[in-house]
Amino acid sequence: MTTYVIRGVRPYGEAAVDIVINDGVITELASPGTGLGEVIDADGLIALPGFVDLHTHLREPGREDAETIESGSQAAALGGYTCVHAMANTDPVADTAGVVEQVWRIGREVGLVDVRPVGAVTVNLDGTHLAQIGAMANSAAGVTVFSDDGKCVHDALLMRRALEYVKAFGGVVAQHAQEPRLTENAQMNEGALSGKLGMVGWPAVAEEAIIARDVLLAEHVNSRLHACHVSTAGSVEVIRWAKSRGVNVTAEVTPHHLILTEDLVESYNPVYKVNPPLRRKEDVLALREALADGTIDALATDHAPHPHEHKDCEWGAAAMGMLGLQTAFSVVMETMVEPGLLDWRGVADRMSVQPARIGRVATQGQPLEVGSIANIVVIDPKATWTVVAEELASKSSNTPFAERTFPGTVVHTFYAGRPTVLGGVLA
Amino acid sequence: MRHLLSAADLDRDAALLILDTAAEMAALSDRSVKKLPTLRGRTVVNLFFEDSTRTRISFELAAKRLSADVINFAAKGSSVSKGESLKDTALTLEAMGADAVVIRHWDSGAPYRLAHANWIGGSVINAGDGTHEHPTQALLDAYTMRRHLRDGKGALEGVRVGIVGDILHSRVARSNVLLLQTLGAEVTLVAPPTLLPIGIETWPCEVSYDIDAVLPKVDAVMMLRVQQERMQAAYFPTSREYSRLYGLNSDRMRLLPEHAIVMHPGPMNRGMEISAEVADSDRAVMVEQVANGVSVRMAVLYLLLGGAKELSE
Repeated sequence: MTTYVIRGVRPYGEAAVDIVINDGVITELASPGTGLGEVIDADGLIALPGFVDLHTHLREPGREDAETIESGSQAAALGGYTCVHAMANTDPVADTAGVVEQVWRIGREVGLVDVRPVGAVTVNLDGTHLAQIGAMANSAAGVTVFSDDGKCVHDALLMRRALEYVKAFGGVVAQHAQEPRLTENAQMNEGALSGKLGMVGWPAVAEEAIIARDVLLAEHVNSRLHACHVSTAGSVEVIRWAKSRGVNVTAEVTPHHLILTEDLVESYNPVYKVNPPLRRKEDVLALREALADGTIDALATDHAPHPHEHKDCEWGAAAMGMLGLQTAFSVVMETMVEPGLLDWRGVADRMSVQPARIGRVATQGQPLEVGSIANIVVIDPKATWTVVAEELASKSSNTPFAERTFPGTVVHTFYAGRPTVLGGVLA
Repeated sequence: MRHLLSAADLDRDAALLILDTAAEMAALSDRSVKKLPTLRGRTVVNLFFEDSTRTRISFELAAKRLSADVINFAAKGSSVSKGESLKDTALTLEAMGADAVVIRHWDSGAPYRLAHANWIGGSVINAGDGTHEHPTQALLDAYTMRRHLRDGKGALEGVRVGIVGDILHSRVARSNVLLLQTLGAEVTLVAPPTLLPIGIETWPCEVSYDIDAVLPKVDAVMMLRVQQERMQAAYFPTSREYSRLYGLNSDRMRLLPEHAIVMHPGPMNRGMEISAEVADSDRAVMVEQVANGVSVRMAVLYLLLGGAKELSE
């Protein structure tokens, strides 16, 4: 296998080195200019462990017109990711060993990132019977994260049982916290603006009440809970309280909830329609603070591709969700790094180390040290770029950031010692 | 102004221009030949995704009195079982050369989307979108109040208006609050707390749960239709309880000042939000509201489609 040398790069933004990669592993951190092998110039750039996404919709099987495992993997690699967790709400639903193995196998064949399938908690995401969690855990895919994402496991007894059951497999239940009765036909954050626009509101309490219930259940049965796409200041308070009690709970926040607010809904442009909805400025600030102090453990994209016709329509008819993989790092750069809320070690922690730990992916999130598996992203913090929706690798173009100029670019990505992205394009 | 999407689009001058123009249009309907040639050769499409016979025929009559060609396009389907998409319908109308599209849609914001998504080039008039707005209803209500309470002239400074009922789901209430504020009226919304939207305290109006306390202090009271099915969603326990607490019956009507008028955007639920005695009383102006609706919609079409320009040429 080729020996690669990432020349003159600054791991975690610290002193420059040559990272030497041999046979998929970091074999040396040499003085700049001394490493031997195929040289990838990275002078002055920053190296971080490859990003790990806990929450990706790859749409395959079922909606290959929106995204495939291949196109999603490409978007991930271009966004600096070396691992994604493929959500279970495909068609058919990933609720059996057969489906998760298929997703896992295609991911391996594409070979751009680790594609880790998430298994459904309940059969067909219906919220009534537990899916075959053990079979999925023991399958070749080795599923550890279970989620009915898109739907909430709202039945308290079923949620309790799921939390208990996954313990046998070292699993975690990743809850999409949304009290269904409080959010029937909900279109946007509930507040003064939803009242003005005449839209059915999605109240913060519908998320917070479920998270509060679930942290208490997790405490009671001594299991591990993960809160998906936390979107409100109140949820942050609940999670902070639970962690202070020693509850084994982790949480994620999406890039869009760190930067966009509900006032965008006034445009009635469905590109801003997402679930959970965009919230208030106060929520955005609380989420940034929580990601900075570790109350929220990880960034997760909730990358949700949708075909054009599902967004080129009136608000009520539109699908919920937005692309995220290729813009996630830049959003973190703008909202967390530039304001001084996270340093580079912090970015590595929230975008790689913690998500790998939560997903129990031992091969990911390893430190940039000799002996670690070479999953590496090289970024240019000084460069800027302008998002062109149609040029994103995803098969869909529903980014809320079209025409927006961001700081920070992904220059190179190495997955298991092999370059997947070089100079900002697929290798 | 190219579109009329929200009552908030209208500043005081624009609103008064519409009301004054509507007064001229009303004079026309007293003549034996009720037609103006102003919009001859222009095409107005009534695009109705929701059934609303009264609003549609009001717009249809308004356009015809201005000599426009009128097409009624009743889009099939419902929000559950959709037919053709709004976009494809819009592209079709554009290809047929619609100068104005009057749209009624179940989805809040659909007219705004139609006007801003680059699907069509003509004017868009919101004839009621979801639970958002219904600006021409607010204009005809203001016109009616002005006739009764301000001699048909000027704005509505100091006029006190009570709007009673399902504010949460009412596009009429939203548009009325915005327009009445622009025109200087003082609005009090009356409803059970379950039928008031979150954030109501930011609206430019007063709010009360007690209709009996509000009625003696208003010059006009507008009763909103309350749908029986709201009961199923736990907004109120029974229709009888709603009627007892918030319905306008003849006992309550006596609480109103002598000069106050009773309004309703229709269609009425007699016996629910309004009793038959009240609906048929001298104070009720519902029939006149319907007539005024035609005048106001004529004025809106006339002003949006540049009829004013042609006249002055």
